[in-house]
Order: sequence, then structure tokens, then C-alpha cells
Amino acid sequence: MSDAPQPPPLPSALARTLSIARREFAGYFATPLAPVFLVMFVALSALLAFQAGGLFTRGSADMRPFFQWQPWLALFFMPALGMRLWADERRSGSLELLMTLPVTTADMVIGKFLAAWAFACVSLVLTFPLWATVAWLGDPDHGVIIAGYIATALLFGTLLSICACLSACTRNAVVAFVLSVAVCFLLLMTGYGLVQDFFARWAPPSIVEAVASMSSLVHFHALERGVLDARDLLYPASVILGMLAINGILLHWKAAR
Amino acid sequence: MSETRALIEAKGLRKRFGTIEAVRGIDLTVERGQVLGFLGPNGAGKSTTMRMLTGYLVPDAGSVRIDGHDLATHPLEAKRRIGYLAEGAPAYMDMRVEDFLAFVARTRGYRGAEVRERVDRAVARVHLEPCRGQRIETLSKGYKRRTGIAQALIHDPPVIVMDEPTDGLDPNQKFEVRQLVRELGRTRAIILSTHILEEVEAVCTRAVIINKGATVFDGTPKELDAQVPKNIETNRLDHVFRTLTARQTKAAKGGSR
Repeated sequence: MSDAPQPPPLPSALARTLSIARREFAGYFATPLAPVFLVMFVALSALLAFQAGGLFTRGSADMRPFFQWQPWLALFFMPALGMRLWADERRSGSLELLMTLPVTTADMVIGKFLAAWAFACVSLVLTFPLWATVAWLGDPDHGVIIAGYIATALLFGTLLSICACLSACTRNAVVAFVLSVAVCFLLLMTGYGLVQDFFARWAPPSIVEAVASMSSLVHFHALERGVLDARDLLYPASVILGMLAINGILLHWKAAR
Repeated sequence: MSETRALIEAKGLRKRFGTIEAVRGIDLTVERGQVLGFLGPNGAGKSTTMRMLTGYLVPDAGSVRIDGHDLATHPLEAKRRIGYLAEGAPAYMDMRVEDFLAFVARTRGYRGAEVRERVDRAVARVHLEPCRGQRIETLSKGYKRRTGIAQALIHDPPVIVMDEPTDGLDPNQKFEVRQLVRELGRTRAIILSTHILEEVEAVCTRAVIINKGATVFDGTPKELDAQVPKNIETNRLDHVFRTLTARQTKAAKGGSR
């Protein structure tokens, strides 16, 4: 017994999840992805808010022009963050390493998702100079701005959970990106007037409402306006949990074959 | 008592990929102090078997017990006792060697100063000092392999599974790895797959040869040697390997050389 090797006791689920999240988060900074992503995201956010949204010219001290463009930026930026989560692991073979460590599927799925979401939130935090500018120039309602940031963070999480799930379907990150953009686009569009008009023409109001309630955009705008409704918080939470569960099932299913 | 208990116990392992039956009922029992050489032609099912032993693939039938813990029902307890070097030594290529090893140590349950200590020990054990600060993608094949071995040994596991640990190493490195395996094998149960038959003679206490997913030989290297006709003086193991694996290949009109 004396010279028998002894591995350490099992860490807690939280410790395992955080260890995976930490590696994943650091992974963004190990490649040029992090600086490119952060600079592009902040620059495009500002450009769209000022140029297309008329943040200064509309004569109102708020950040709506900024938040209104966020879903459309997220449509491309979130798939860019999520595309490699599982596809790269599968392609490089590191998934074999990860899955043979003493971690559960939930540890891996939640850890990786949290890392991607945390990174997305960092990019959002870096837009604070915009908030500072608006606060300096006028007297905005800070509560509404905070609600806008929360709405955007939840939207990012929702879309990322979908991207993570799609990334688990393939070993090709580009395929994962294209699939993610397509699915996220559909999810956003169901809340758009164009799609709702299409349904309104023939479907009963209950269906139109159901379709709209499936859209991230509808819940995003409700929250972003500063109207707090439990349903608008429940929606992203349930999509995220549902997608993470499917992500886990996909990993299991793929491991069995 | 636990000294003699089988550390690896696999019974009736089967795995099918589509129409191909990759593994057709393999049994393996490895006790503490045994180094099992796992041999077979390419595509015989060695890697698939090792992936089932380490929990990466779920077998279609059969069971795996690691130090008494069933891999299917208690995966974490089983996996925490295994050190696994997968085929091609997969790792996170954009990480630095020591960060990668620290990630594995942390995920396996080490904390604080212990992580550093474990990394230092693993690095010293496989002589990775010159490149511990280097990114894994920039390493030579030999150092990449050593990083994989260091990762597999970081938690002092009682069970070690290595898929071709000396593949791509130069003769000096091969010698070092063999010495390491011999030393580790005294207090552990080790399975290593290899194409190099001298390796079996040099380090293994037992040899198992599989062909087309089924065991065709299980015994000591001496017993293997005893199967060779006396008149053959050189490459005796090559001869018996060819005889054992070609018999069935020819019968099935497989056509490998």
C-alpha cells in the first residue's frame, strides 16, 4: 500500500466546471481571436450606434440606438465565438482527452458555455465609454441603460447556447458558424414585423402571438426598454437550459458511436 | 488484499461502427504490477478497445471495471484512477506546456501550490524542461508525445493506458519511455499498444494480440516466443505476429500485405 499510487480526491462539480471554463476563457486570449473580436465588436457597436442609429443627432440622452443594433451584431459575433467550442475539440482530438478526464458531461457543457458567455460579456463591458459619453452629455435614465445591458447579455447567452449546440453537431467550425447564423437569424426574425405580418394574414392571433413569443427579439426589446416582466427573463433562461441539455445529449450520442 | 485485485477488468467488450464490427468480444484483466502489450495490425480494434477502457467510447456490450469501479455506473471514480495517453497525444495546441499540464492537474482535483508541484514533477519525469514555456503546437513530435505522457502521469494513477507511447520518438526517447514504463509498471497496471514487437520483449510482462476485433493470443512474451518454430532465428516475434494475424486475414480475404 505504501508505494501504491494515489490520485487526488474528486474535485467538486463547481471546481471541475470552473477549471474547464477557465481553460476555455484563456483559450480565447491564446489566439488573435480575442483582440480581433473585442476591437471589431466595440468599433462596430459604436459605428452602428452613431452612424446608423443617430445616437447624437436624435437629441435624446439614451442608448437605444446602441442596443437596437446589438441583436444584429450578435447574429454574427456570437456564432464566431461559439463555432469552435466543440467542433475544434472534435477535430483536434482534444475531446478524447477532455472526455476521459474525471468530469461529467454537464461540467464540460456548462463550463464551456460559461467561458464563451463571459467573453461575450467582456466585450459588452468594453462599450462602457459610450454610456459614459451619454451620461456626460445628458441626463439618461441609468436604470433603462442597465436593463438594456442585461437584455443584451441575456440575448448573447441565448444565441451562444444555440451556437454551442450546433458546434457539437460537426467537426467543422465553419459549418458550425454558417448553421449558427442561419438558426439565430430565424430565431430573431420570428419577432420581426415582416414574419409576423406573414402569419397575421392567415393565422389566428394566438398563433401569431406564439410565434412572436418564440423570438429572442421580442423578449430582448421588452427588457431593453426597461420593462421588467418575468416572462422576458424566463425565456432566455429556458432556451439556455434547453440548449445546454441538448448539447449534452448530442455529446453523449456522438460518444456512443 | 487490494495489491492483487485486478485493476483493469474488461469483459465481453463489443463495438460496432455502422456495418463494421470493430471489437467483437474482448476480455482483458490486468493486475497491479503487470504491463500488458496490446498488439495487432492497423484497424484490428486496439484504439477502439482503449477508448472503451478509458470511457471515451461507450461499448455496445460488455463492461469495464477500474480498480473495482464500474466505468458505466461510476465513471468519475473510474476515470480518476486512469492516466490515458490517447492516439496521437491530443492536447490543446494553442496552450503552453505548463499551462496545459496545470489545467489537467486542476481538473483532476489539485489546488494551489499542489498544481505547480505536480506540473514540476511531471515535467521532470519526462524531461520536458527545455520547452515547458512553449506552445504545444510549436513542439516536435517527440516533445508533443512527452507532453501527452506527462499529462497522463500527473495524478499518479494506478492504471495507465497508452496508445502507441513511443510512436514518433527517436531511439533515445524510446529507450527513456520504456524505462519509465518499466519503473511505473512495478506498482501499477499498464496497457500499452504498440507496433514495435521488441517493445513487448523489453517492457511487457504480458502480451495480447488482437485481430479483426478478437483476441488471437494472450500470454507472456515467453509464451509468445515459444510459438515460433526453433529454426527461425531472427525477428522471431515478427514471425509469430504475422502467423497469428495473417491466418484470419487470409481466411477472410482481407488482403493486408
